[in-house]
Amino acid sequence: MGFRIGSDWGQPIAVVERLYAGYPKPDDGIADFTVRLEAGRPWRRFVRPSVAIRGDFILPDAAPVTLAHGLLAAEMGMNLQMALGYRRHLLLHAASVERGGRAILMTGLSGAGKSTLAMLLGEVGWRLLGDEFALLDLESGLLHPFPRAISLKNEAIALARATNRLGPLLENTPRGNIRHLCPNRDAVARMDEPAKPVLILFPRFGHVEAVRPVGSAEVFMRLTQASTNYVALGRQGFDALTRLVTTVSAKAIDYANTAGGLALVERLSSEAQ
Amino acid sequence: MAGRVYTADPSQERTAVPLESLVAVYHARSGMTHLLAPPASEILEALGQGPGDADAILARLEAQYEMTGSGFREAISARLEELEASGLVQAK
Repeated sequence: MGFRIGSDWGQPIAVVERLYAGYPKPDDGIADFTVRLEAGRPWRRFVRPSVAIRGDFILPDAAPVTLAHGLLAAEMGMNLQMALGYRRHLLLHAASVERGGRAILMTGLSGAGKSTLAMLLGEVGWRLLGDEFALLDLESGLLHPFPRAISLKNEAIALARATNRLGPLLENTPRGNIRHLCPNRDAVARMDEPAKPVLILFPRFGHVEAVRPVGSAEVFMRLTQASTNYVALGRQGFDALTRLVTTVSAKAIDYANTAGGLALVERLSSEAQ
Repeated sequence: MAGRVYTADPSQERTAVPLESLVAVYHARSGMTHLLAPPASEILEALGQGPGDADAILARLEAQYEMTGSGFREAISARLEELEASGLVQAK
């Protein structure tokens, strides 16, 4: 899957190219999605540059951000293009990691800690499949990797150890401070290698450690809400999602700190069938 | 006196998957997914035998399930109205 990103300014393009330097170009040289970063008004380029998100789908209410946050706009643009235009897989707003062919899907509200957990797991022997979107194959039921840059927010930024793979610090964005981490070489090199989901987690950071089994009906409800294209896929989406929730066990996990969260994921992973 | 007669779409218009005590139903004609609690899914199944009012549905369910207690007819009428509102059944 390829993205083409165009901008009225050179700076956001240079930052995106640097962050994604190790990524392959599309085999056929044709991008699947186009993201355009344009001046909100012709004169804004000269007065106080802002970046509006445009692309194959026009979103009238996409919030303009300042040029200093051009990378954030490019990332948001790529996410929106995926969310709105993708039909090949069931798209879930979830992070996912894999080890030994077994994948864990982690979903939850923004701030629940799924990106941070996925990032940390990706640095300790797990392969990061994706931080923002999980792509569930409609036929095989496998998760396909989509290892885009991980968006680390606020306190999570300090947890990143691989500083050579970090993008620039974007301060005071609408979501606070953000810094993107490029996934490691293994995640990028194996981005064509799908994995079988064996566990679904609903993590919640900042609470006393607890594990609660989640029944298939609740998982189904939560994942329809976490999907950006479930309705558009119709029967295919229903079949893929019901198969996932009836064959893969799910747990809601609370954890107080990242070390505890990592240990909990390791334990539940080893217990998962 | 016969009540309102309800009809369901042919069964091939629906795909049902049990999810614990609930049933997820994909309705092909509307493209909508419904999560049904008992006895809504059983009522939908009973309508597969043909159109019927609440009394007919109750008789079909009694033939299939052991039903002890009271208030079934009222419950079935209420669930039929909900199924009609969801678009899964039509009333004549």
